This record gives sequence, structure tokens and C-alpha cells, in this order.
Amino acid sequence: MDTDALLLSRLQFAFTIAFHIIFPSFTIGLASFLAVLEGLWLATRNVAFKTLYLFWLKVFAISFGMGVVTGVVMSYELGTNWSAFSKAASPVIGPLLAFEVLTAFFLEASFLGVMLFGWRKVGPGLHFAATAIVAVGTLISAFWIISANSWMQHPVGFAQAADGSLRAVDWLEVIFSPTFPARLAHMVLAAYLTTALVVGAASAWRLLRSPGEAESRLALRMAVGMFAITAPLQLLVGDHSGRMLAVTQPAKLAAIEAFWETRARQDFHVAAWPDRAIEGNRWELSIPEVGSLITTGNYDAELKGLKAFAPADRPPVFIVFWAFRVMVGLGLAMIGLGLWGAWLIWRNRLEQTRPFLLACVAMGPMGFVAVICGWIVAEVGRQPWVIYGIMRTSEGVSPVAAGAVSASLLAFLVIYALIFGAGVLYILRLLAEGPVAGSREAPPPEPRAPGSALAAAPDDPDPEAAP
Amino acid sequence: MSLDLPLIWAGVIAAAVLLYVLLDGFDLGVGILFPFAGSKARRDVMMDSIAPVWDGNETWLVLGGGGLFAAFPGAYAVVGPALYLPLIAMLLGLILRGVAFEFRLRGRRRGKAFWTVAFAGGSLVAAFAQGCVLGGFIQGINVRDGAFAGGPFDWLSPYSLTAGAGVVAGYALLGAAWLMWRTEGELHALARRWALIAGAAVAVLLAAVSIATLYVDPRAAARWGFEGGGFDFARLAPRLIVPALGAAGLALAGWGLGRNSHHLPFVGAMLLFFSGYLGLAVSFFPYVAPYSLTIWQAASADNALGLMLVGVAILLPLILGYTVWVYWLFRGKVSGDAGYH
Repeated sequence: MDTDALLLSRLQFAFTIAFHIIFPSFTIGLASFLAVLEGLWLATRNVAFKTLYLFWLKVFAISFGMGVVTGVVMSYELGTNWSAFSKAASPVIGPLLAFEVLTAFFLEASFLGVMLFGWRKVGPGLHFAATAIVAVGTLISAFWIISANSWMQHPVGFAQAADGSLRAVDWLEVIFSPTFPARLAHMVLAAYLTTALVVGAASAWRLLRSPGEAESRLALRMAVGMFAITAPLQLLVGDHSGRMLAVTQPAKLAAIEAFWETRARQDFHVAAWPDRAIEGNRWELSIPEVGSLITTGNYDAELKGLKAFAPADRPPVFIVFWAFRVMVGLGLAMIGLGLWGAWLIWRNRLEQTRPFLLACVAMGPMGFVAVICGWIVAEVGRQPWVIYGIMRTSEGVSPVAAGAVSASLLAFLVIYALIFGAGVLYILRLLAEGPVAGSREAPPPEPRAPGSALAAAPDDPDPEAAP
Repeated sequence: MSLDLPLIWAGVIAAAVLLYVLLDGFDLGVGILFPFAGSKARRDVMMDSIAPVWDGNETWLVLGGGGLFAAFPGAYAVVGPALYLPLIAMLLGLILRGVAFEFRLRGRRRGKAFWTVAFAGGSLVAAFAQGCVLGGFIQGINVRDGAFAGGPFDWLSPYSLTAGAGVVAGYALLGAAWLMWRTEGELHALARRWALIAGAAVAVLLAAVSIATLYVDPRAAARWGFEGGGFDFARLAPRLIVPALGAAGLALAGWGLGRNSHHLPFVGAMLLFFSGYLGLAVSFFPYVAPYSLTIWQAASADNALGLMLVGVAILLPLILGYTVWVYWLFRGKVSGDAGYH
């Protein structure tokens, strides 16, 4: 093992998991949205719901595929790059990941086939069941992976033997560790919020081009309703999650707020340039004495500063501080957008208000940005630990050569850039077509599933695409 | 407690990997055969025949990897770094061919052409890399104090490259046999020709790899009766069932091809893979990393294995049940020429 291999492995893991999390955070929300759409279609027989379902199903198929293939990477990367961590952590979190495969992955993968290709092969009730099962599968998957992550953030319910190996003592304590419920709620809300913003942006974009489109009006109202409710909820859940940090991960909290000294009535830094070299902030824009109040709800609470930790135990400050501020800033913008939208719905002026539609379009990708920033806060803020307080990240790395890891990192960068570019292009093309054109298929010569290769081929917009 | 949990888990993971090889084997094989289809219409049918099931098939690989992590962390921690490069190559190949299912539909002229190549290339790379992983694994891994202690190219040898070629040919045979079963007309006839060629290649490569294994690994050779230049037929005799099964599979596939059966070649190809798999078990049990770590040395804590076993006992039958249902739902011929008159 050498330090280059460690750094490269960290870069590679950070890159591959940040890339991966984009897709689950979209498909968790989208799967639930699809289940709601199909349920509403069956209940009301309003064709607009069916059109929206078939349209978003195509977007779902593209994103889900990208989530699957980038997720398979994660299940092997633990072994290729973090073998020492895997060996140590497996007796405790191994079953959690195994249960994720057994309870979620198979369910999602199998019923996705029915969802995409079974439209004419099964009855409407069974097809709806397949959609609902996929939606539940995505949530079960989130349950297990956040459970494993929560344990790594705040390990409980285990014992460490003299040789350093870990062993679970109480499985329920391991699975439902104290920070898990808030983290799970935070992640699922983030997924719903991200999806609502994308659906809102796509619908708003369509309404800017063709204001009368009934499907887009419907979808926009559903999206605005969703983020108007989830954005404020997310603030509450996130705040609850943050308050626990004062107890469970004080160093992370200090990094988030760029607190250096331990004191009561910390100053709240709206913006700052924290620098580990000088053990302080190069400059800061602060509100005196309210930092303790904002982070814990208690004006007089004494909060630890980074200097209370040995330099080797401090997380990187700058990136954690700013990732947190971007996430919260975007969250506040989402709340504002939700309030504005709710007011416009109440005044019945939602679709005519161009500035609002433009704002929706601009906020479309912001859920992803916020999710990645949140992930950075959680994971970089946990450094230098991979299992908080138990195992350092540097102790978890595999005995691999730096050259091999640089080659793999380069390959991941190239391939991911390629599939990301293509995936985004294809999704944007679909979104630009809109629900009516985008969900339509040429009448098949015989029963054929929407989304299948032959059904879509005659629809191809490029005349040269014919064989 | 008298349950030998590591032994049970070795069985579970072996079954998962076998199912993976058989199931993803045929859909990777379809990808490998993609360049030979000759027309977009045929390629569309080939892809349609596997589109509803490939994701479920690939999940068995996640269960194999995730199961190894959870049940045999000692082996997972050794295999990952030792076979780093082929494993990463496999993942990258699987990424390219996995996204190609949707991307190929969405791409226009150049995009479609690109993702057609990516689907074929990704399938080929993934299959070849899996063969290299297998070869590197059989050759043995340099383990010191329970951790990998070798270099990044330890796995690379004529033996592992031959194993890679063998897996490619084997998957091509499975893919061709699958297409014979699920398509008709021109494509069915084409698939029959592919199955003949791939079958011949598999017969040669499987024999070559099997014999080479005896030279690469003397301890495996000893189990088949070849020890220190001597030969003990009494030891070989009961194990002859394994090559016999392989020969039966090959014969069944060949016979099926001869009388143009639609499903026998697929059954024969699966039997052939099963015999190869049994051969590995005979050669290496109970080592989970050949001749350096046994399943008991590499196993996780008993309470973790026990908890997961309860889960597997309940969930695996359920998974197998709905997997069979999905295959049954999408049964029958995928009709080719519709829409392309």
C-alpha cells in the first residue's frame, strides 16, 4: 500500500459513488411518481395520467439502467479498492448489504422488465402492481444502504475483539442505529424533492413553448404540490439530523460551521474562508453569538471547535463548509419556489406566470446538486474515519498498485463522461418532445410493448435512421 | 450448534454464481454475436429477446459479489485486489453494454451505430474479463497474512487468456442456443450456424483449459489422479462423471443442432457449463481462494452468517419464484420481421 494508491482510491470511490447517487436519487422519486400516475389513471381513467405515465416511464428506463450499471460497480469496488475495510466491516454491515440485494435488487430488476415490456402482456392491475413493487423496491434499497452508511457514521451494537476484528452484538441496534431514521428520511425526501424539481422543470419548459398542453399543466401542478410540501419538511428533517451531530460527530459539525475554538455562543458564519494551515478563517462574514442557537437551538450551548481535535483527526473544512452552504442555500430556494408555486395555484395563475416557469426550469437540476453536496458533507465530514472512531480511511485501503488505480480511475472518468453525456442528451431530447409526442408509439403491427426496440424504431425522428 | 454455516454459504454463493453464468451468460453471448447479425432488424430482435430479463440476470452477479463480501470477507478482500484489472475491465464492459439497451433505442443514426458497437464490445470485454478472473483465480493468489501480496499483473498468463477465450466461446454458444430457442426464420438459421461454430470452439478450449489446469495446479491434478508423474485411475474413476457430463452436454447440443431442435442446444450448453462448474468444485473445494484460503478461514462471523441464512431461506425461493414467472411471461418466439417489410 502506498499513499498514492490511497489518494487515487479515494478519488475513484468519491467519483463513482457521487456519479451513482445521481440516479437512485432520481429513480426513487420517479418510481413513486410513476406508481401514483398509474394508480390515478386506473382510478380516474383520465387519459392524461396514462400519457404522463408512458412518457415518464421512458425517462425512468434510461435513468434506471444507468443506476443499475453504476451500482454494480459499487458492489465490487469495496473489494478491489477497500479490501481491508471490507474484511473488518463485513461481519457487521455485510448482512445489511446482502439483504439489500435479496430484498430490493432482485425485486426491482425482475419487475422492471414487466413494467417496461409487459404493458400488453399482463392486465392493468398486475402492471400497476409491478410498478408499485419497483417503487417499493427502490425504497427498500435506500433503507439498507442508508442503514449501512448510518452505522459507519455512528457505529453501535458491536464489539471489537483483541485482534481488531468487529462483530455485531445486537442486530437491531446495528440496523436501526440512532442516526438512521433521520438519515433515511433525509435521503428519501431528497429523492422526492429532486424528482419533483425535474418533473416541474420539464413541465414548465413545455408550457413555455406550448402553454395549453393539458398533460404538462397537470404534471406541473403535481410537481409544485410535491416540492411545496417536501422542501419545508426537508428543512426540518435536515435540521434534526444536524443537531444530532453535536453529540455523534462534533468534528463534522465544527467543520460544517467552521468553528475553530470551543466556546458557548459561537458566531454564526454565513460565509468564510476556512484554512487548516492557519487553524482559522482567513475571512468571515458572521453574525455574532447566534451560531450555537442556529445549530443546536440553544443560545448558550458550548460547541466544540476544530482545535479540540488533534490535527490528524480533523476533517477537511473548506469543502465541508461550502458544500453545506450550497445544500442549504438550494434548500431555501426550493422552499421559496414551493411557496411561490402554492400561492400561484391558489390564485390560479400558475401556468401564465412566465417568471415562475423560468424559475422552475432553472431549479430543475438543483436537486442533484443539493444531493451531491449533502453527500459531500456526510462523507468528507466523516474523514479521516471510514468507520467513525474505529477505522481510519487510510487503514481500509487495498494493497493495490497506484498505477493500476490511476488506470482504472482514468477509465471510469472517460466511460462515465460518455454515458453521462449520452444519457443526459437522450433524456433532454425526450423531455423537449413533451409527454404527448414522447409517449406516442407507432401503432405496432402486433401487440408490442411500449419502450421495446421495434415499437420505438419507426418513431425515430431521424429519417436516415432507417436500416 | 451443528450447522456448518460456511459450508452452507459456500453452496449458496456457488449456486448464485452458477445461475449468473448460465443466465447472464446467454445475454452476454447475444451481445458477443451482435456483430455477426448482418442487419439492424436482426439485431433489434436479438436485443428484444433479452431486454426484459438482462437486469435480473445481472443481479446474480451482484449477489455473487455482495454475498462474497458478506459471507467470505477474507476471500473478497483477497480476490478484489489480486484480480483488480480484469474485475474493473468487467465492470466497464458491463456498464457499456448495460446502458446500450436503452441508449441504442434513443440514439439517432450515429448514436445508434455507436451503442450497437458498445453493446457488442462491452459484452465481449465483460465475458473475456470474467474468463481472466476465473483463470487468475485458479492459478492461485499470492496471500500473506490474509492479504493479497502480489502485483497487478499476477493474473496475466497464457492460461488466464485461454480461459478468457473459453468463456467468450462458451457464452457465445449459450447466446446462440438461446436465439435458436427464442427466434425463428432467418435469424434462427443464423443462430444455428453460430452455435455450431461456438460449440466446436468451446469443445477445444474447454479441453485445453481443463488439461492446462492439471499442469498449472499440481494439487488440482492430484485430485484427478495425476500426482508426481504417476497416475491413479482409482482416484480418477468416480470423478469421470464430470467430463462425462460435459461430453453428454456437448453431444446433446450437437444432436439438437443436427435435428434442428429449438431448445435442446440450450439445454446441452447449460449442461456443458454445469460440468465445467462441477470440475472446478472437485478441483478446489473447500478453497475459496485456491490453495490459500479455505471457506472456514475466509468466513464471516457465525452470527452474521446465521442471520443471512434466515434471510436467504425465506427470500431465495421467492426470488426464484418471481424470476421463473417473469421468464414465463416473456416466453415464446420473439417475432423478427414484423414492422420491417
